[in-house]
Amino acid sequence: MQWETVIGLEVHVQLATRSKIFSGASTSFGAEPNTQACAVDLGLPGVLPVLNEQAVAMAVKFGLAIHAEIPEVSVFDRKNYFYPDLPKGYQTSQMYQPIVGVGEVEIALEDGTTKRVRVHHAHLEEDAGKSLHEDFHGMTGIDLNRAGTPLLEIVSEPDMRSAKEAAAYLKAIHSIVTYLGISDGNMAEGSMRCDVNVSVRPKGQETFGTRAEIKNVNSFRFVERAIAFEVERQVELIEDGGTVVQETRLYDPERDETRSMRTKEEANDYRYFPCPDLLPVVLDQAYIDHLRDNLPELPAEKRARFENELGLSAYDASVLSATREMADFFDEVKDVCGDAKQAANWVQGELAGALNREGLTITASPVSARQLGELITRVMDDTINGKAAKQVFQALWNGQGTSADDVIEAQGLKQVTDTGAIEAMIDQVIADSPAQVAQYRDAEPDKRGKMIGYFVGQVMKASRGTANPQQVNQLLKQKLDALC
Amino acid sequence: MHDKTLAELTRSLDAGEFSSRELTQHLLGRIDRLNGKLNSFITVTHDQALSAADAADKARAAGQAGPLTGLPLALKDIFCTRDVKTTAGSRMLDTFIAPYDATVVEKLAEAGSVSLGKTNMDEFAMGSSNENSHYGPVKNPWDLAAVPGGSSGGSAAAVAAGLVPAAIGTDTGGSIRQPAAFCGITGLKPTYGRVSRYGMIAYASSLDQAGPMARSAEDCALLLNVMAGHDLRDSTCVQRGVPDYTEELGTALSGLKIGLPSEYFGDGLDPEVEAAVREAIKVYESLGASVREVSLPHTHYAIPAYYVIAPAEASSNLSRYDGVRFGHRCDNPVDLIDMYKRSRAEGFGDEVKRRILIGTHTLSEGFFDAYYKKAQQVRRLIRQDFLDAFEEVDVLMGPASPTPAFDLGANKDPVSMYLQDIYTIAINLAGIPGMSVPAGLAGSRPIGLQILGSHFTEARLLNVAHQFQQATDWHRQRPALAEENA
Repeated sequence: MQWETVIGLEVHVQLATRSKIFSGASTSFGAEPNTQACAVDLGLPGVLPVLNEQAVAMAVKFGLAIHAEIPEVSVFDRKNYFYPDLPKGYQTSQMYQPIVGVGEVEIALEDGTTKRVRVHHAHLEEDAGKSLHEDFHGMTGIDLNRAGTPLLEIVSEPDMRSAKEAAAYLKAIHSIVTYLGISDGNMAEGSMRCDVNVSVRPKGQETFGTRAEIKNVNSFRFVERAIAFEVERQVELIEDGGTVVQETRLYDPERDETRSMRTKEEANDYRYFPCPDLLPVVLDQAYIDHLRDNLPELPAEKRARFENELGLSAYDASVLSATREMADFFDEVKDVCGDAKQAANWVQGELAGALNREGLTITASPVSARQLGELITRVMDDTINGKAAKQVFQALWNGQGTSADDVIEAQGLKQVTDTGAIEAMIDQVIADSPAQVAQYRDAEPDKRGKMIGYFVGQVMKASRGTANPQQVNQLLKQKLDALC
Repeated sequence: MHDKTLAELTRSLDAGEFSSRELTQHLLGRIDRLNGKLNSFITVTHDQALSAADAADKARAAGQAGPLTGLPLALKDIFCTRDVKTTAGSRMLDTFIAPYDATVVEKLAEAGSVSLGKTNMDEFAMGSSNENSHYGPVKNPWDLAAVPGGSSGGSAAAVAAGLVPAAIGTDTGGSIRQPAAFCGITGLKPTYGRVSRYGMIAYASSLDQAGPMARSAEDCALLLNVMAGHDLRDSTCVQRGVPDYTEELGTALSGLKIGLPSEYFGDGLDPEVEAAVREAIKVYESLGASVREVSLPHTHYAIPAYYVIAPAEASSNLSRYDGVRFGHRCDNPVDLIDMYKRSRAEGFGDEVKRRILIGTHTLSEGFFDAYYKKAQQVRRLIRQDFLDAFEEVDVLMGPASPTPAFDLGANKDPVSMYLQDIYTIAINLAGIPGMSVPAGLAGSRPIGLQILGSHFTEARLLNVAHQFQQATDWHRQRPALAEENA
């Protein structure tokens, strides 16, 4: 039987606010345990939450970026359950009236086509702390630094049909939130976490199969692997005559498998009700319009501009728009040198190669966009030739010189285009190479083209690479042919 | 010294009749002598009080006296007080030393007042008799066999017994007004959102409100001047200017329209209480007010609606007491669930457990719509009743409680205890302000007149109460116990 996979994702994005969603404590990652938890985060008796406006603005920006409805009123609810790293015994979340309504995300598939994935809603909530089970001799340690960090939970419709699509969706969300600057998107530090709902059904069947929810899927790679494992498990189960039960499963990346955590019967009753300590959030149109007017160009728009306005290939456009940092870098290089294709070639060629070798991201590039743009300009205006350009790039990479012009000047890489000077070097080479000249002369005229390479190399060497290669070629040919 | 109002004490302090230190020492001495009988304080902060009094005397000498400089008062043990044990009347918090001050505590301290300590209360403010305290019941100074009311019973008893001229209470369903009535003092529950709840241990967040309990309406005005106002730390605390609540005191009442809700004078109202209230209304008529009957048709739904909403919120608010970070933790838990179960079973008293169970049930899947949602709809109707009534009249008047203070142990059945709040509870659901003013005695037990106004009309309520106190001296009556130990 042919099976179809149905996938929906719940993506939790930590918002990059300076302080927590309901308190003034810092949200920065990696501090000593419990040093970034104030009275409110600890859930001390008597404390009250105050909503962080920055978190609201970030959530609305996301909503606008996915063309979602932004309801005028949204409400915070309490989700009640007991857990040691949940200080108040409830999580403040949004159950009934979320801040972002129905929207959609465009994902790019490997075959170059795109697909729209519907977003059911996105809501704001607070993160919990962390339970630490090691180093406490059988006890559990609680670190509440993370408690109260704002999360935007983005809930998709079950619109994805393969692990690849799910990964592409997650990448698209990652790209949107980092473009918007509302999250650092750092999955290793838990800034983006993902729960995956997976079910299978015979191809052609309309109703969905019973789904399992997989928790703790925290990288692009794990999403694909967890889904692959889970699909295989469900298909095998059904084909062996069993049935899939609705349950929550945990993905274990070390064993590359999912394990049952709890079934529907064991599920908590969260007893949601509106949080009486917080007022409904009422957004007026002017506020929403202001945020919309100040949205940056988003990945999909950027990709389209690179392709349609700048004439880049679909592949180049998609690679260069993948992250905001990459796109911004490319845009600046292009603006400085004035040639999009040259800029694209350099950013994806020489620069990407060097970054990869050193394991650096574009933001850590030792060569700035301006430096690279100026370097390309010097190639395009024939100040230097291609070979010298690579030397200049390497020099800039190594920090030798603050601009392309500096390096060109300091290392004397300026291209020699003076015909007299080039002719003098050619005459010298011809004089120094009687054997090669004889060979050239004796060769059939159609073989001579290849043999000229030797003389070009010698002249370039004599000029320390600065002679204009076209001129060298042309003049050499004239002079050698004159000897024949 | 211990018989004076705040206004009178300020005049004495200004005149140099005695210092704040002398006053504080005198009252601390009375607490030491009488608290054994009354049990109105859980914690007495002798040292802090004396150093605050010294600071106040210095400030006064330097001409820098604020509105409450040097005036002693007591705080219900529901307000977090930095470095002081703050229990909410519960074993759960018997070891809890608050690391911060509630906004109200901070404001009162900044105004120069001198806190003498933390007063007894029903556990987590759940009760109408102060019998639900882990620290034992408070006795009514007028009659040690009677309850002082609750949940702010310790505050009411302390003021009535002359241990302190004023105290701060909280009112979720009548917890300021009913004990004020039972103890013959003046108490005000402000409009919901008028006073910050930050640092006030939550019982039912959408109903809780702090307010003053004192010997006169004027004193309540002085205290509210300091307590009221927006607080960035409480989203439900309104951004609205704070008037000088003493300014309207002295305005004549001619033309004042008083409504008497017919539902507040029905079955179950003690005849002596009714007689005293009707007598008080006559005083108002003599002051130029007109009186008419009005109806609050949804009154009989108030108690059921309250006992859905308040326990629902409480069940969630009290989830933080889990033995993990602070408060009571059972000995030698075998695992997490055991720790939760035993810590909470040992830490909470019966009434608190009862309300957590009710609240947990009403919020459960399948019951939420039938209970919580319905109760919220009823709440809107109750609020509308009041808004409609205030279209026709300026204030509403009636009894604060169906009976005078009842005997300790008289109301064993929780539901009969809940019915004690029949005249006070709707006011919290509607969010409007209400006062209780001494208006008579049934034998040795005081009777309270309740005065209600529309949202944010505290200034008018205080003047209406003040005018009554200019015309009568019920508020000057003191229990024998306050006199004989003078």
